[in-house]
Amino acid sequence: MAADSFVQAHIDYGAVAPMLIVFGTAMVGILVEAFVPRASRFWVQLPLAIAGMVVSLVVLVTISRGHEVITAGGAVVIDAPALMLQGTVLVLSIIALLAMAEPLGTRSPDAFTQSGASVPGSPAEANAVRLGATSTEIFPLTMFAVGGMMLFPSASNLLVVFIALEVLSLPLYILTGLARRRRLLSQEASMKYFLLGAFSSAFFIFGAALIYGFAGSLDFDAINKAIGTNGGMDGLLAPGVLLVAVGLLFKAGAVPFHSWTPDVYQGAPTPVSGFMAACTKVAAFGALLRIFYVAFESLRWTWQPVLAIVALLTMVIGAVLSVVQTDIKRLLAYSSITHAGFVLVGLIALNTVGISGTLFYLAAYGFSIIAAFALVALVRSGGTEATHLSQWAGLGKTNPLLAGTFSFLLLAFAGIPLTSGFVAKFAIFSAAVGHGATWLAVVGMAMSAVTAFVYVKVIVLMYFSEPAEGTAVVTPSALTGISVAVGTVLTLLLGIIPAPLFEMTQHSTLFLR
Amino acid sequence: MSSFPWLTTIGVIPLVGALVISVLPKGSAKLARPVALGFSVLALIVGILAATQFKTSGHNPQFQLAEVHEWIPQIGVSYALGVDGIALSLILMSLVLVPVSLLAAWHDVPEPGRRQQGYYALMLVLETTIVGVFASTDVFLFYIFFEAMLIPVFFLIGSFGGGPRARYAALKFLLYSLAGSLLMLVAVIALYQQGPGGSHGFLVGNLTGLHMSQDTERWLFVGFFIAFAIKAPMWPVHTWLPDAASEAKPATAVLLVGVLDKVGTFGMIRFCLQLFPNASKWATPVIIVLAVISILYAAMVAIGQKDMMRVIAYGSVSHFGFIVLGIFAMTATSQSGADLYMINHGFTTAALFLFAGFLIARNRSRNYPDYGGWQRVTPLLSGFFLLACLSGLALPGLNSFVSEFLVVAGTFQRHKVAAGFAVFAVILSALYMLLLFQRLYTGPKPAGKEHVRDLGVREKVVAGVLAVFIIGLGVYPKPALDVLRPAVTQTLQHVGVHDPAPTHGAAVDGSSK
Repeated sequence: MAADSFVQAHIDYGAVAPMLIVFGTAMVGILVEAFVPRASRFWVQLPLAIAGMVVSLVVLVTISRGHEVITAGGAVVIDAPALMLQGTVLVLSIIALLAMAEPLGTRSPDAFTQSGASVPGSPAEANAVRLGATSTEIFPLTMFAVGGMMLFPSASNLLVVFIALEVLSLPLYILTGLARRRRLLSQEASMKYFLLGAFSSAFFIFGAALIYGFAGSLDFDAINKAIGTNGGMDGLLAPGVLLVAVGLLFKAGAVPFHSWTPDVYQGAPTPVSGFMAACTKVAAFGALLRIFYVAFESLRWTWQPVLAIVALLTMVIGAVLSVVQTDIKRLLAYSSITHAGFVLVGLIALNTVGISGTLFYLAAYGFSIIAAFALVALVRSGGTEATHLSQWAGLGKTNPLLAGTFSFLLLAFAGIPLTSGFVAKFAIFSAAVGHGATWLAVVGMAMSAVTAFVYVKVIVLMYFSEPAEGTAVVTPSALTGISVAVGTVLTLLLGIIPAPLFEMTQHSTLFLR
Repeated sequence: MSSFPWLTTIGVIPLVGALVISVLPKGSAKLARPVALGFSVLALIVGILAATQFKTSGHNPQFQLAEVHEWIPQIGVSYALGVDGIALSLILMSLVLVPVSLLAAWHDVPEPGRRQQGYYALMLVLETTIVGVFASTDVFLFYIFFEAMLIPVFFLIGSFGGGPRARYAALKFLLYSLAGSLLMLVAVIALYQQGPGGSHGFLVGNLTGLHMSQDTERWLFVGFFIAFAIKAPMWPVHTWLPDAASEAKPATAVLLVGVLDKVGTFGMIRFCLQLFPNASKWATPVIIVLAVISILYAAMVAIGQKDMMRVIAYGSVSHFGFIVLGIFAMTATSQSGADLYMINHGFTTAALFLFAGFLIARNRSRNYPDYGGWQRVTPLLSGFFLLACLSGLALPGLNSFVSEFLVVAGTFQRHKVAAGFAVFAVILSALYMLLLFQRLYTGPKPAGKEHVRDLGVREKVVAGVLAVFIIGLGVYPKPALDVLRPAVTQTLQHVGVHDPAPTHGAAVDGSSK
């Protein structure tokens, strides 16, 4: 093809409309920040963001489903897995955003500082609070992140993957640093996340460059074809694949690229931790699925054992380290690492059961973890969030509703039957046993037992101990109420009648290439 | 009438009761106990009606009162219930024991309110899972009940146990059980892969008589057996039971030891023998040795205990040894004996725990040294207690004698040495049971106990019902044996063994008949 003959890429707007709507809403959100008076910003931003995502979801279900294409010059692919993942991201984000927006009687989201740029405790900060600054900028930030998360698993070109990665990451770095309480911890977390994230992005883009050198193209399909035909260039290909994998596994929180997770989940505003644990995981595993099942498909027997070891390490290290945690947010962070390991077990199964199980697991886990972090945000002691485990003692006696719901979610994480966690785990390990990796299933079960100990310890603390001094549970508005209720009810429903979601995930296993 | 969902109805009744109790308004909180009792009696009545539909003569399918519906067709799970003679007898036993225990537990949580409602609701939830676990004819469904039943027991021990080490005991119970059942889950998954698959792939009927490789069958057998051995419990994985039983309230201990642990031995018959017949024969020597060790070791340890609940618990471990011995001796006599023993042990243990509970309620102590001479204080209780003790040591004329005799006689046909060792337990059990009675009830009249009342009406009802079963099944065990016999025959057919010829010395090779 001659370089001078430029052909305008055709874009199937029906296919990409959901993403455009989300990005468009984010832009409008910025304008709202600029032009709407502070007093009414919250009640403009929140409905706008929710409406944007709901409309996007409706368009996704009604229009985009009929537009399964590779579009925008091969950069974006909308196929069944992409639709499933985008839908999951949207639904989870709506629930997460409701929890993030929790105003607790004020006129802006309570978990976020009104003056992120000022030094904690400085006159500038006090001034901002006095002038009534709001924290409503989190709405457009979240929308940009959601847009990036939707693009991430539907990108069909390494460069677009990179762009999506940055679009979803940059708002998250900022959101992480915006906690209203314990601001230093939050800023530290944000800094760590940004630096490590920048490193991982650099790894990714370097890997992409090496692969371009090997294949002469960044398109997934072209890379896969090149792997079959270009011999003798493994010196470019192997490091390229590894470096790309590093970038993606970092986002997924897999060992050995997990070390940011506990710090960031602990420092970030609590509902943001839930948002990241749920939605970022969906997006990252979605991208991993596509890259490894489409771009590196011909190499599957090479990368599968490597990822199997990553999965093993992720499960074991996440589970073992969660035993010694004394902070509930760090505990949930290590638990999320373990869960990432479980998902990887499904991902490497290389069969449709594995893909379907992975998709199911991501959705099921997302609902539970968002509700769990939303509940953590409600437990307070002395004006800040009471995240130390000792402060949770006796909650079963002082606040049975919160303790009961949280215990139920913990049982779901542990994979006790009649919760979505059990069905999800079952699907994942069925896939593993099905492709002969029974050893991974056995290790996974052993690690489930270890993490069950951790979760049960929290339940024991809440129910069988005397209440801790000074711990109080704030009464949230309907926003958190809806978020927690939806998350919990779905955790239960997906445990009792998982067939409909299974039906969907099983029809979402065919990648367009 | 045959299409009426009897088993579902029996299972749902207690669940409805639990819901009613947990939503009782504050004004009628004192109704919790009558409501609980009412629902459990209703379940018993429906259970008896269902039993009248059960046919013992003629040619019947393995499972009667069967209900089969698709549940999660994507992974082969059905909602399938049905009973054979063993399951039906165990369900009936449980249905009797639950109202009896509830009645005995009338003053466990005396003050009306949330806590009392929680206690009785958990008991009823437990009853639902008990019915479910015995009635499931789908391996996956069985597993769900098998694991779900841990949760109510965990809270019954930990929250309501009252003993100083209740937290520890509850956690130990849960972790032991979870460790076993998670390994079993891998086996469950792998078993499905061996089977025919499809939307009903988990039905026991579809998984019976599979052709697997020898190694696979043995691994799967081990996966199932360990979970059941922990549940049963067998030496050396029995240590959770004395802790759990002694820290729990007597009524909980009855349901735990008398009913829940039967799931272990029931599982061995239903799953280990029926699904893995060759592996069962392969493992027999080891299991028989373990069973004999359980019988003798637990009996000896029981002699050395100071805590009366622990004596009874260790006595149970010894009796479970007999049951396992009877199951794996694999003769018609020993199997019938083991099945009957499961029923008898339920009533005997219930009597021992509940009567001990009556005594503890009067003197606030579980330890021997605080007692002595109580037959002069509470003569009626002492009489019933003696009856329970005599049943525990298998006195001829009482229920346990029949089953213990059948087990030993049946085992002797095939494993003379094992039977010879097991017989020693008859002496040991006489020792610990009579020592128990002697230390509590004989001796000089204790000082300052003049005002202690003997059994009240409520306690007399409890004692009377149990005494009827203890004597009734001892004098006329034929109805129970008639119900059990077809199931025993069927189990032995699945395993493919025949009784050794009754002639002298012909017990060398049973299968040559």
